[in-house]
Amino acid sequence: MKKIEAIIRTAKFEDVLSELSKIGIKFMTYSEVKGIGLEQTTQQQYRGTFFDVGFTPRTRLEIAVPTSKLDQVVECLLKVAHTGKVGDGKIFIYEIADAYRIRTKERGDAAL
Amino acid sequence: MQTVFTLGRALLGRIRKFKYHALGVLVLFCISTASAFAQDAAPEPALPQSVANIIWLCLTAFLVFFMQAGFAMVESGLTRAKNSVNIMMKNLLDFCFGALLFWAMGYAIMYSSGDSNFFGFDSALAFLGSANAPTDAGGYATSAAWLFQVVFAATAATIVSGAMAERTKLIAYLLYSCLISALVYPITGRWIWGGGWLADMGIRDFAGSTVVHSVGGWAALAGAIIVGPRLGKYNKDGSVNAITPHNMPLAALGVFILWFGWYGFNPGSTLLAISGVSHVAVTTTLAAAAGAVAALIISWIHFKKPDLSMTLNGTLAGLVGITAPCASVSTSSAVIIGLIAGVLVFYSCLFFERKLKIDDPVGAISVHGVCGAWGTLAVGLFGQHAIDAQYWTEETAIKDGLFFGGGADQLITQAIGVASIFAFVLVAMLIIFFVIKVSVGLRVSDDEQLQGLDLGEHGNVAYGGFVFESTGPNAVITKETDKK
Repeated sequence: MKKIEAIIRTAKFEDVLSELSKIGIKFMTYSEVKGIGLEQTTQQQYRGTFFDVGFTPRTRLEIAVPTSKLDQVVECLLKVAHTGKVGDGKIFIYEIADAYRIRTKERGDAAL
Repeated sequence: MQTVFTLGRALLGRIRKFKYHALGVLVLFCISTASAFAQDAAPEPALPQSVANIIWLCLTAFLVFFMQAGFAMVESGLTRAKNSVNIMMKNLLDFCFGALLFWAMGYAIMYSSGDSNFFGFDSALAFLGSANAPTDAGGYATSAAWLFQVVFAATAATIVSGAMAERTKLIAYLLYSCLISALVYPITGRWIWGGGWLADMGIRDFAGSTVVHSVGGWAALAGAIIVGPRLGKYNKDGSVNAITPHNMPLAALGVFILWFGWYGFNPGSTLLAISGVSHVAVTTTLAAAAGAVAALIISWIHFKKPDLSMTLNGTLAGLVGITAPCASVSTSSAVIIGLIAGVLVFYSCLFFERKLKIDDPVGAISVHGVCGAWGTLAVGLFGQHAIDAQYWTEETAIKDGLFFGGGADQLITQAIGVASIFAFVLVAMLIIFFVIKVSVGLRVSDDEQLQGLDLGEHGNVAYGGFVFESTGPNAVITKETDKK
């Protein structure tokens, strides 16, 4: 079992969601996050004064998958979340020691 | 005393007869007659009728002006947070540009007394003419008349803002505002209120279902067609996505403000401080209430839930619907007109959104265009000569409507008005928006739409300090800082 953590453009979230559901990913956690990176953070101006809000907003996906499905999901993310411009985001893969589904008490791959 | 009353009524009747015809000159005439009469026959009343008229006209103009706030709140409430700054700018500036152009030339077109029944320009009224630096009662009367007309012109202009929200360039919108206030609205306004060909036919549009609301609504239709739907509104297969509003209480506040402002819009259109304003206010109230109830019921049946957004639109639909017939129908007729408007706006919104695939974020085309047309036609169905004559004269009052035994004469006149205004405004505005599109550009880039017009057009956000989807996509990369 692996956990995929992907930081993607919020604008790409809907596309990613629909593509992932096509390959059978129906369970995930996602959140709106702030971060800093290579891309310049959002610029604003107020009455002629320019300022930097100091962060870039992104969407973070956390998806737990059976190891067999890992490559397929990563490939999908690399394809759909890609624009080629700075700030497309990153993908991190973690080992999952174990998993349970609380309702049924299923364990391991069956719980995912 | 009875004589005074009778003469007063006769005098008011004369004013009404020429209600919209070269208003300034007429008011001057009436004031001189009134004061001469007062000296001869009775002591000067505490508040002369001529002064009361001006105060009433100004007071109601202030109320109509406040409708700008209502439009701004409705529009920003029903759209996304990331475009709110842009919407405030549009709603402020369409009034400001419109007022300047209506002062410079719009008013001179609308109330020109030329030979042509279709178009005219009275250079004596440009820049307010004799009332530019008024020093007498006649000048002040013209000032009041202009003030009352300019807030109406601005209402027509601001209707379009909602239908084109979230994707239109500010500069394009400003150009449009100038053109509608300087040309399109005054030309069609002249046809009905300025003694033009529709006025000669005997059309009745008391407070502007067609003159103001349909003109705005059909201009909105042209704008929404040319600018195209918002990014993400329609899927490739043509199915519709809901683009959810960001502040329903703000939208509701806007509708309350509009309703409040309508008490200036309709009762003020008597143009005179007469007792008949109360009936106009009552029909306005009842139609709004009926419109809301009808939209509530129909949305409850169709959506299985009572829909706030549709009910708010139903309220406005009732108000737009009663605007033309408010001084020509009974209270019972007003309720029926409002109910039908509430049903009409519901189906019309869905028809434009789902069948024609025209993206109108607030439903302005349905509320103002469609219900404005309905209200104008309603005069020919529910109009009663006896009620209408109280605000005009026996000779200039409408014929009884179809449902009151007067046959179809009045209805046909009203229908000609509705159709000709629709055709003229739609064609004129399609041309104007097309020219804007190919010159300065009408639509912002997709990247800017994703990021929000607040950041793209204005560089700031409406709700600073909050994280919104507004800043989310961040698709525009102004300066790459790739250190690799």
